[in-house]
Amino acid sequence: MAKLHIETTINGEPAEFLCDPHETLLSALRTGLGLTGTKEGCATGDCGACSILLEGRLVPACLVLAAEAQGRAMTTIEGLSRGDTLHPLQQKFLEHAALQCGICTPGFIVAAKALLDAKPNPTEEEVRYGLAGNLCRCTGYDKIIRAVLDAASEMKGTTA
Amino acid sequence: MDAIRYESPRSVAEAVRLMAADAGARVLAGGTDLLVQFRAGVRQPSAFVDVKRIPELMSIAIDDQGLRLGAAVPAAVIGEHAELRRLWPGLAESVRLIGSTQIQGRGSVGGNLCNGSPAADTTCALIVNRAQCVIAGPNGERTVPVDAFCIAPGRTVLQHGELLVAIRVPRPAARTSDAYLRLIPRTEMDIAVAGAGVSVTLDAAGVCTAARVAIGAVAPTALRVPGAEQALVGSPLDEASLRYAAEAASAAARPIDDRRGTAAYRRTVAGVLTRRAAALAAQRARQGTDRG
Repeated sequence: MAKLHIETTINGEPAEFLCDPHETLLSALRTGLGLTGTKEGCATGDCGACSILLEGRLVPACLVLAAEAQGRAMTTIEGLSRGDTLHPLQQKFLEHAALQCGICTPGFIVAAKALLDAKPNPTEEEVRYGLAGNLCRCTGYDKIIRAVLDAASEMKGTTA
Repeated sequence: MDAIRYESPRSVAEAVRLMAADAGARVLAGGTDLLVQFRAGVRQPSAFVDVKRIPELMSIAIDDQGLRLGAAVPAAVIGEHAELRRLWPGLAESVRLIGSTQIQGRGSVGGNLCNGSPAADTTCALIVNRAQCVIAGPNGERTVPVDAFCIAPGRTVLQHGELLVAIRVPRPAARTSDAYLRLIPRTEMDIAVAGAGVSVTLDAAGVCTAARVAIGAVAPTALRVPGAEQALVGSPLDEASLRYAAEAASAAARPIDDRRGTAAYRRTVAGVLTRRAAALAAQRARQGTDRG
């Protein structure tokens, strides 16, 4: 089967990869590009583990074809830290112990970034609704919600 | 598996050519149904025709005539459109109810319609707003009222080579508003047990002069309920008329028993949601004095 050659932008850097026409962007990121921070959970758009930003918009990478990335820009969990400096959301997830097994964490952090980009000072209810598309089977969510609210408070509306 | 192609046409004409040339090709909008069905082996298309690079399918335009909603516009973009939300709050809330933030970033109203689920949240809201489906095909363009678009679960009027390009919604008359409500067992991320959409137009004295009622997830397709509309028209939308409309909606429902709910429960809920949606649409129509 002929592979497609895709040129795209990932975390601000030009990138290219080969993919099958029916391959998902999630598969291309993880296997083709070695960006394994984005996780596969359900593969049906229900769990949020594969959340990325495509053209700034939160999407499940399992429901995007890799070929759709041609000429588009995306942000994955690998693009959030600045060198060794963690993004405030990453730091707050650590401080609040907002993870146990960690599989859902990249998706939560990317989804939380999308939420804070759109709404820098969310209420607890807005955070809970905003992250309703992300499933965690370990924490019971409370620590995640607290970490996001704390990060929002620390960021005080500055975009990062 | 035979080689599956990926196509990303830049025009409606090119998309029609691709669809007409290959009976196994499927339109890919947000992929929230199609890619899940593909992965599950339910659908095995010979080509994905990604329509998201066609400007007409990705734009929202509102003018004196009304709304032209590109079939592949993601739900999140619709939700951010203040003018659309102001003129059609019920339609906007039916879009907002679908899936998570992630799904909202992908799923479209056109896809919701073309997937043909009887429980599709947007369909009832489109029906009560007198929406028309703009369809492009090898023989040119045709327009089909949204209430005639879905013909059975998973089946639409689209013929070989055709695709849904846009949805047109006429601008609401003065003192007109809409509402859509659904019941799911939790607050997010589920499929309707039943849903109801209502649009009402009031005269200056608050008497209902026109009404549309549609119920979802209670029949093989979303249903218009003329009996409920007749119960509302001519009334001040008081408790009695809302109750008659609810009874008509329950009577019109032809639900099945499944794991989401029993037929009897759905029939009752269809009536309750119709009454509440009518009350909400009426309240909005009374408040929004200058919507037209």
